[in-house]
Amino acid sequence: MQELIKRAKELLADGTVVRVLGWKAGDLPYNPEPAYFAKDTDFADFVYNGFCGANLSKYMIEASKMEGKTLVFLKPCDTYSFNQLLKEHRVEREKAYIIGVGCKGKLDIEKIKALGIKGIQSISGAELTDEAETLTVQTLYGEKTCAYKDAMLERCHVCKGKEHKIYDELLLTSRDTTDADRFAEVARIEGLSPEEKFAFFQKELGKCIRCNACRNVCPACSCRKCVFDSNKFDSSQKANADSFEEKMFHIIRAFHVAGRCTDCGECSRVCPQGIPLHLFNRKFIKDIDEFYGEYQAGEDVDADAPLTSFTFEDVEPSVVSTRS
Amino acid sequence: MQRIGVFVCHCGSNIAATVDVEKVVEIIRQEPGVVHAEDYQYMCSEVGQAKIADAIHEKGLTGIVVCSCSPRMHETTFRKAAERAGLNPYMVEIANIREHCSWIHKDVEEATKKAVILARAAIAKVNLNAPLKPGESRVTKRALIIGGGIAGIQTALDIADAGYEVDIVEKTPSIGGRMSQLDKTFPTLDCSACILTPKMVEASAHEKITIYTYSEVEKVTGFVGDFTVDIRKKARSVDMDKCTGCGVCQEKCPSKKAPSEFNRGLSNRSAIYTPFAQAIPNVPVIDREHCLKFQKGKCGVCAKVCQAGAIDYEQKDEIVTEKYGAIVVATGFDVIKLDNYDEYAYSQSKDVITSLELERIMNAAGPTKGHLERLSDGKAPREMVFIQCVGSRCADDRGKSYCSKICCMYTAKHAMLIRDKYPDVNVTVFYIDVRTPGKNFDEFYRRAVEDFGVNYIKGQVGKVAPQPNGRLLVQASDLLDNRQIKMEADMVVLAAAIEPNPDVRKIATMLTASIDTNNFLTEAHAKLRPVESPTAGVFLSGVCQGPKDIPETVAQAGAAAVKAIGLLAKDKLLTNPCTAHSDELLCNGCSTCANVCPYGAITYEVRQVNDHGIREDRRLAVVNEALCQGCGACTVACPSGAMDLKGFSNRQILAEVDAICQ
Repeated sequence: MQELIKRAKELLADGTVVRVLGWKAGDLPYNPEPAYFAKDTDFADFVYNGFCGANLSKYMIEASKMEGKTLVFLKPCDTYSFNQLLKEHRVEREKAYIIGVGCKGKLDIEKIKALGIKGIQSISGAELTDEAETLTVQTLYGEKTCAYKDAMLERCHVCKGKEHKIYDELLLTSRDTTDADRFAEVARIEGLSPEEKFAFFQKELGKCIRCNACRNVCPACSCRKCVFDSNKFDSSQKANADSFEEKMFHIIRAFHVAGRCTDCGECSRVCPQGIPLHLFNRKFIKDIDEFYGEYQAGEDVDADAPLTSFTFEDVEPSVVSTRS
Repeated sequence: MQRIGVFVCHCGSNIAATVDVEKVVEIIRQEPGVVHAEDYQYMCSEVGQAKIADAIHEKGLTGIVVCSCSPRMHETTFRKAAERAGLNPYMVEIANIREHCSWIHKDVEEATKKAVILARAAIAKVNLNAPLKPGESRVTKRALIIGGGIAGIQTALDIADAGYEVDIVEKTPSIGGRMSQLDKTFPTLDCSACILTPKMVEASAHEKITIYTYSEVEKVTGFVGDFTVDIRKKARSVDMDKCTGCGVCQEKCPSKKAPSEFNRGLSNRSAIYTPFAQAIPNVPVIDREHCLKFQKGKCGVCAKVCQAGAIDYEQKDEIVTEKYGAIVVATGFDVIKLDNYDEYAYSQSKDVITSLELERIMNAAGPTKGHLERLSDGKAPREMVFIQCVGSRCADDRGKSYCSKICCMYTAKHAMLIRDKYPDVNVTVFYIDVRTPGKNFDEFYRRAVEDFGVNYIKGQVGKVAPQPNGRLLVQASDLLDNRQIKMEADMVVLAAAIEPNPDVRKIATMLTASIDTNNFLTEAHAKLRPVESPTAGVFLSGVCQGPKDIPETVAQAGAAAVKAIGLLAKDKLLTNPCTAHSDELLCNGCSTCANVCPYGAITYEVRQVNDHGIREDRRLAVVNEALCQGCGACTVACPSGAMDLKGFSNRQILAEVDAICQ
């Protein structure tokens, strides 16, 4: 963490950048939030630890409109989002100074709580520089420990890799965290009967409170005006009309980000109801891989996106409609 | 709110027999916005159209819904009727209660209910319609013909004779196509080359015709009247301007093992070759796959012997970009592969051949110099069997469901010619049906049977088995005599089904022209617009549209030419006013729409916008209305909903869906 602060201050001092986009400590030991830093004193509450899951690339849309360059810290997975935004002309490369930061997997506070660890006062072992495989948690009820791995976000178990896809310089090294099959859960749901599928989505999406956190955090959901907020479309009013509301919102959202979603997993991370929203996006990614060959959004800014490009080898519509 | 009039057509009994039209009128009359509703026997008739005009005048209608047949039939009729009565034609919507309702349903109550729903959807849409005005686009007075067979040549000649420039793009080194491979043509038995080559020469010499052989269409952009086409001229390795066509290079070429495409692989040719003697242009190409110079780096004999210095090993493919007003597809056919018909032993015996191979054997320029002989041992056959419908009229997916149409006639021709030239050869034809409609066709077939003693047996052959004695055992059934037949033959000729040239899929995709499940190009209307593709400005000539013989092909080629001439004769075309446009306050500038636009109609510019008081420079999509064809791809791809289509706006379509789902 100190390396990041030191480098950020240097770049501010020599005028390379005029502000820094990073994470600052929240009111609890496990809820840091994205923040801008400009003065030396701002860095007092700068943090970078296992709870800094927030993907900062979306903030670069606004930062691209500001005067001068912004230093942004991006984890390997965040660089995919930045690239995708670059591809869609939403961010400006020359307005960003990207420091690719290392990552050893980000933590999911809900998983820690689920392990029975409550009344958390402080957590150690979450820093990238901590070699320990365990988290030590001071609680109202005494010290507790849990394996780092058991507290990781689902997305980190299916990590896309340690490589940063775009950066100006790199700081700190990453760790391999992949130990699960990215599409296993999607494949399981695909195997369900239509009734079971419906019940599954009914149960999960029924929890939605339409707080819009998933939409607001999503780097792909970056429209100037969301169709659900615009009175130009009937979709906003319709979304409130009946009990199908949440399902339609999420299904439309999944279609809107299809082919553009990098599977950063922010939607599921921020959902206060714990809905596994990433499964919708991953289903699209799986289908695209199967129909058009493997494609990772955000991996290569210049690559043709399968849903918006045409080749003579493209799958025939009849193939799509007849598959099981 | 619009003042809407609804007109429900009986279409004789086409609609009225299944849909209770009076009930539809009664229910629709109650819909909000509907101020007039009536039904009539034939809405498309003069009287029917007058009813629409009267109602517009009397009731002050601002929108019209006609519940009738498909808009592809009469949308223009009703739009024009409305326009004559002073209403903007784009205020007319069609509810298709025939193809989408009465024709596909039996139950009157259900069909009536559905007709009402379809009418409601159209009313919901017309409520949101706005008057539209078409623009104008220019017409490039030049036609492109894809394919240089008899179909393409004839179309080119007809268009060129009308005074327009025509380019023919032919994939192989010479024009002439399949017809150049045929020996004699039914029913008059003229020599195929004798009647084809004058046409080839005429096309080649025509001042309005440019021929690109050994070339392929690579890319097509634009639209009716204004297509831009990239043509890839494949490297011939021979300078067309210098070559005198003396043929020495072909004689001296040491690599003579390449299978001759022209002789269907029954003989070999040199690596540098012209496909046949009368080839146009009479300029060889080097087949680099078989050329020693290209494969092994040494040789160069052709360059040494060429007095004109025409050989150019360094030649590269060249892309020619040209503009066209009309495109005619004349890509022709090939015979199917016989992998699925192993029971006929095609792959096991050289003496089992296809009819097209027999054409080459019977031809004086063919592999046997026109002598009928077995390819296995060169002996003269005594017993020949023809098997009809190999892969045609097939009930399962082994072959083709359709009749290839030409086989009955060419088999009769072959049988007759063989009996005439070699009276000691017995000829037996196994057939399912003999189909010989056409001028002088049935007479021709009867001559084969009655005058030339060809033995026709109704029944299919089950198996052809090569025998140790070198002959072929043919097992078949005679359906009329109800008996099994086992006979030995020296040669078996298979009337293999024909199928569209496999390249047509790629070409159809480039042209956005539709093809059917058999890869034949689809007509705009099977009966009334048989030589036009549903894609404006694209016309169909020859077998690419469906199986046909030479007279039919030539007739259709002329028809396609007339349609193309009708287009080229116009100076300007009215453009479709249903074009896309982008809402600058919603546009993200993400380029998704530009990526999916097949017409290159969308560009981006940075412009200052005033978004509720916030002024900022934004990257915005701009639609060129002259290029936009209103396909709507951008509107569905746009993530923010900024793109919308006039006449088919997102709101209008959702309103229709809402009306249906009420």
